[in-house]
Amino acid sequence: MRRIKTPLTKNIRLKLKCGEELLLSGTIYTARDAAHKKLTELTQKRKGLPLKLKDAIIYYAGPTPERRDNLFGSCGPTTSSRMDNFTPLLLKKGLGAMIGKGRRSPEVKRLIKKHKAVYFLTIGGAGAYLAKRIKSSKLVSFKELGPEAIYRLEVEDFPLIVGIDSKGKDIF
Amino acid sequence: MRKINVNIIKKAVSELCIQANMNLRHDIKKAMKKALRGETNKRAKRVLEILLRNAEIARKEKRALCQDTGLVSVYIRIGQNVKLAGGDLKAAIDGGVKEGYQKGFLRKSVVKSALLRVNTNTNTPSVIHTEIVKGDKLKITVVPKGFGSENKSKIEMLKPTNGEKEIIDFVLETTKAAGPDACPPYILGIGLGGSFDKAASLAKEALISSIDKPNPRKSLKKLENTILKKINKLGIGPMGLGGKTTCLGVNILEYPTHIAGLPVAINVSCHVTRSASKTI
Repeated sequence: MRRIKTPLTKNIRLKLKCGEELLLSGTIYTARDAAHKKLTELTQKRKGLPLKLKDAIIYYAGPTPERRDNLFGSCGPTTSSRMDNFTPLLLKKGLGAMIGKGRRSPEVKRLIKKHKAVYFLTIGGAGAYLAKRIKSSKLVSFKELGPEAIYRLEVEDFPLIVGIDSKGKDIF
Repeated sequence: MRKINVNIIKKAVSELCIQANMNLRHDIKKAMKKALRGETNKRAKRVLEILLRNAEIARKEKRALCQDTGLVSVYIRIGQNVKLAGGDLKAAIDGGVKEGYQKGFLRKSVVKSALLRVNTNTNTPSVIHTEIVKGDKLKITVVPKGFGSENKSKIEMLKPTNGEKEIIDFVLETTKAAGPDACPPYILGIGLGGSFDKAASLAKEALISSIDKPNPRKSLKKLENTILKKINKLGIGPMGLGGKTTCLGVNILEYPTHIAGLPVAINVSCHVTRSASKTI
């Protein structure tokens, strides 16, 4: 299986093909429903965002709490379609890739193609398996959201499948 | 009267929450292994292998199978010759959920209000179903259910002149709508009859029964098998990436209903459908 590393620049993204299975190493950020809502509100109020979106990878996940080893016990993907309404704005601001499970809206698909981004799938319901590929985590923002806070994760050989590639080709 | 202290219930609920979230149910593991043997789709095989590996890691390393450790439904069957002592039953159950979710490092996913969205940080309140039954025992069943699949659940008030065909159509339509989004292969809990609320309640309760145990009602057993076969022909597959394994089991519970109706509720559940029971 091919290994890729962050930052996932446009040049790398352009080469990824729908259906391809990969192992990712590097930095990704968790953000799910409530964090997406907050990021959108901050943008609307023209305030700065807690993370740089250019070429960034957002993982739709809300992990279980950190255990004694300071790592999450379980951290799998949540349903991506709930983020569809918030995604266009983030793509416009340079978001490089998203990781989740399930289908995306036609609008998101169109904008992934337009911005040469990519949508990855990872294995839903394999939270324990996936958590072992996360080597460290750091709270970035929105602590008050608990499991929905934004965390920066360092991952190693995190398994992905290209769900929608930069040409807009969809695995579903 | 047999006296049972509510603190015993609290302790049992706490342990059951941890047990249910970290140990894949035996019947589901068995069904997954069987599905793996029958799959010809390479990708489906690989996903099922990872899911079984996930269950091993969770059990051995005491990790939650899935990060969505759910909203907890607690079913409590109390023998009518039991006298509860030592405090309030609801407080004991929620106290147990709170303790289990803290001790087990399980995710707290409950918000105080559907509109105000503030996390209670305890994963409580739980949804409690109490039933008074014969005898002097008390049975607790804990069902932590993730919302990826809960969101895909549906209820339909069919016509009384409808029958199996319309029920099957509705189940297939609901499964297709869930598609790859809610962690297939699914387990479906189906509630037939009763009232609007009773059907939904039965659908959730149906998820508790082992999927390898045939329905004691012959007509329902047949319907379950027909539905299972038809769903597995949809080709959705594990993670929605194709294959023969879209559903691992269908459980139906039925209740008498009104001459004017045929309520059908489908509680869609993922491949980490969780439950654990204890009798005191």
